[in-house]
Amino acid sequence: MRRRAETPSFVVLESGIAVQAGTEQPSPRARVRRRKRPAALSIIGVCLSLVLVAWLIVNAIKEPTDFFNVFLIGLTTGCVYALVALGYTLVYGILQLINFAHGDVFALSGLFASTLVVSAFSLDTGSGTLSIAGGLAATFVIAAAFGATVNSAIEFIAYRRLRNAPRLALLITAVGMSFIIQNISLAFYDVNFRRIPPLISNGNVFSIRGVHYDWASFFVILVTIPVLIFLTWVVKSTRQGKGMRATSQDPEAAAMMGINVNRTISFTFALAGALAGVGATLFLVEFNIRYDTGFELGLIAFTAAVLGGIGNLSGAVLGAIIIGLIQAFNEGLAWNAPGSDWTRSIVFGILIAILVFKPEGLLGERTPEGA
Amino acid sequence: MAGRGQRSRASLRGYRGQVASSTGLHRVGAAWNQLPERTRSLIPFFALLTIAVTYPLYVDSLPTNVPVILTFPDMHSAVTILVFTMMAVGLNVVVGYCGLLDLGYVAFYALGAYTAGWLASGQFQQVKFHFGSVGITHDARGIHISIWLVLLSAAIVTALGGIFIGLPTLRLRGDYLAIVTLGFGEIVPQFVRNADNLHGFDLTHGTFGINPIDSPGFGNRLHNAVGLPVSYQQEFDADRLFFWTVLALLLVTIFCCIRLRDSRLGRAWIAIREDETAAGAMGIPLMRTKTWAYAIGAFFGGAAGAYIASFNSVANPSQFNFNISIFLLCMVVLGGMGSIWGVVVAAVILSWLNVEGLANIGSWLNSNTPLNFEVAKYQFGIYGVILVLMMLFRPVGLIPERRRKRELEEGTRGPLDEPIYEMRGADEPGAGERGAGGNIPRG
Repeated sequence: MRRRAETPSFVVLESGIAVQAGTEQPSPRARVRRRKRPAALSIIGVCLSLVLVAWLIVNAIKEPTDFFNVFLIGLTTGCVYALVALGYTLVYGILQLINFAHGDVFALSGLFASTLVVSAFSLDTGSGTLSIAGGLAATFVIAAAFGATVNSAIEFIAYRRLRNAPRLALLITAVGMSFIIQNISLAFYDVNFRRIPPLISNGNVFSIRGVHYDWASFFVILVTIPVLIFLTWVVKSTRQGKGMRATSQDPEAAAMMGINVNRTISFTFALAGALAGVGATLFLVEFNIRYDTGFELGLIAFTAAVLGGIGNLSGAVLGAIIIGLIQAFNEGLAWNAPGSDWTRSIVFGILIAILVFKPEGLLGERTPEGA
Repeated sequence: MAGRGQRSRASLRGYRGQVASSTGLHRVGAAWNQLPERTRSLIPFFALLTIAVTYPLYVDSLPTNVPVILTFPDMHSAVTILVFTMMAVGLNVVVGYCGLLDLGYVAFYALGAYTAGWLASGQFQQVKFHFGSVGITHDARGIHISIWLVLLSAAIVTALGGIFIGLPTLRLRGDYLAIVTLGFGEIVPQFVRNADNLHGFDLTHGTFGINPIDSPGFGNRLHNAVGLPVSYQQEFDADRLFFWTVLALLLVTIFCCIRLRDSRLGRAWIAIREDETAAGAMGIPLMRTKTWAYAIGAFFGGAAGAYIASFNSVANPSQFNFNISIFLLCMVVLGGMGSIWGVVVAAVILSWLNVEGLANIGSWLNSNTPLNFEVAKYQFGIYGVILVLMMLFRPVGLIPERRRKRELEEGTRGPLDEPIYEMRGADEPGAGERGAGGNIPRG
């Protein structure tokens, strides 16, 4: 890490826009390249964003009802993505590791939550309001605890031993863990989709001129917001949260200041896993889940985290909501939308575009380490 | 290999000094040690090569009821195994030599296969273009180019694709690169699946894929002159011909990779892998060198993809999922990143497991032990375990590259209980400080 921090002056020559934090005077050639390429890139980037906005406006004018309905769907999906994206961003912030297994922890917790709801609490649409509320609350807590346990267990078993290993080794381990967790889900829950009965009533919160907003979607937001507030409180105000921020800035200095770095990292993984558990339970309210759901969802959530600026908590939420909206618009709008066949390509297209045009993300800070 | 040879020679000499009499075994050992260094390292290679080349001749007489593995791979499986080995050797250039984690190698495989589909099948009914094609009628529509040329052009197209993917992404740091390549690995299969109606133009024939794809062959003139087969697919022992051809392709790939490793470019790759910063400081053009690694890795992936498309006579989007990328990565990691022979051995083992080994082992386990376990279902879980265990306990791989071994041993430190954070650079001005905006002030 120390080595990286010293690099930018000559990395600039090769990498154009990625690195701009150097303070010393660059050579004339580097200065020219540095000035020119970002300008051209940002023009293209701005043009792309403008095309996107124009497309949205045309759609909004053509079919306003559809547009707002789709907007609300996107917002709901975005909230679930936000909870998963936060997990990626927390872990990345502290270990600089893309925890590939995170999406699979999400799927496993979701499957576990479905068992809780269906078998352990045997909730159904006929159950009383109080038992549904109590059961769901218990499911959230248990699923969060489960996700936290699995995620910190992964850290303990696999990543902890590799603290000083090359980054490549850690990444490959993460990929391996992802497959292992996925196969654990497969072993326990087989290939079938799991779902829970529609416990939240399908009635509408409001319905204005054909724009409907149902309780199930509202419920997702209703749960997400307190969770986000709680997370902010944990990270900003608690002792452990301060330790997390210190460790993510500089683990060595944090260790010198008496912070138990290993425990802090475990705590971060547990926090990320708990968010995944809550997110998975919310996901169940709206969708089905199966052993490989987490893979694609994890990639989308990671894209969201990068879009917002990885390591930045509010960025992850913003990015997730934008990705949720883009996905919903792509699948729901009528005028010139590529359609759900292309969702994956579009999400990854966005990912690549961000990394090319604005590698630090929407809210992220440029770091000397580059993208 | 050299190190081991010298050590055993030294110990043998000491031993001979102590014990005057030498048995037959020792005499053989001494004779072996008197062989020149180069010959000694080549003998195992030629022995293996002989086994491989003659494999089609004795495969039918091999026992079919071996414990655990049941059967040896037949010709058809063997071709697939070798094609995947070729891809793994190509991926080794990117991951092993240059240290760039590529999780989307399947994109190159797909691109190669579809290039073969476009250039050697009846996909484009609008045109009729024949060039050196064999085994098809003269009035067949579509583009039909000789497969040998198609292999080369697929490789070149894929290499260009690698450059195209590499240019925007290679300046990113390693883990971002991994995720972007993963993104491309997901986009390409989705693209070929959906590109059957691009404004009315059928580029890839959607989920059905492109088939039939022409088979390799040498045409009538060469057949009459030297007796080479006209077209593999029409021959009685087609799989054998495919086997020998892919073996030749694999050997070419291995040869190229070894020569590349020892070239100026290869040394630049290894320098980048070991320390990108230092490599840049020494004047290695980082972007260009990494792009070359990408292009060359893609080149072999594309050729292998085109070959297997021609062998199976189909290019189909369901062949190209993310799991293939991981599967190939697993071969490279298991064999030892950067070590060609390790990768070859691991690739042969893993692709054999993939093609039929796991299914065979599973059925053997189920019939001979009380276990009832679908091994094939947990195939990728098993690969995951391999990846994790290798990284935790033997990060250098089965047959480590010497340089890589040193590098990794430097990096890892003792067991869990030792202090994890050493105080590096604590005495430097500005170490650990952060100024406004998270920028680290320069010392």
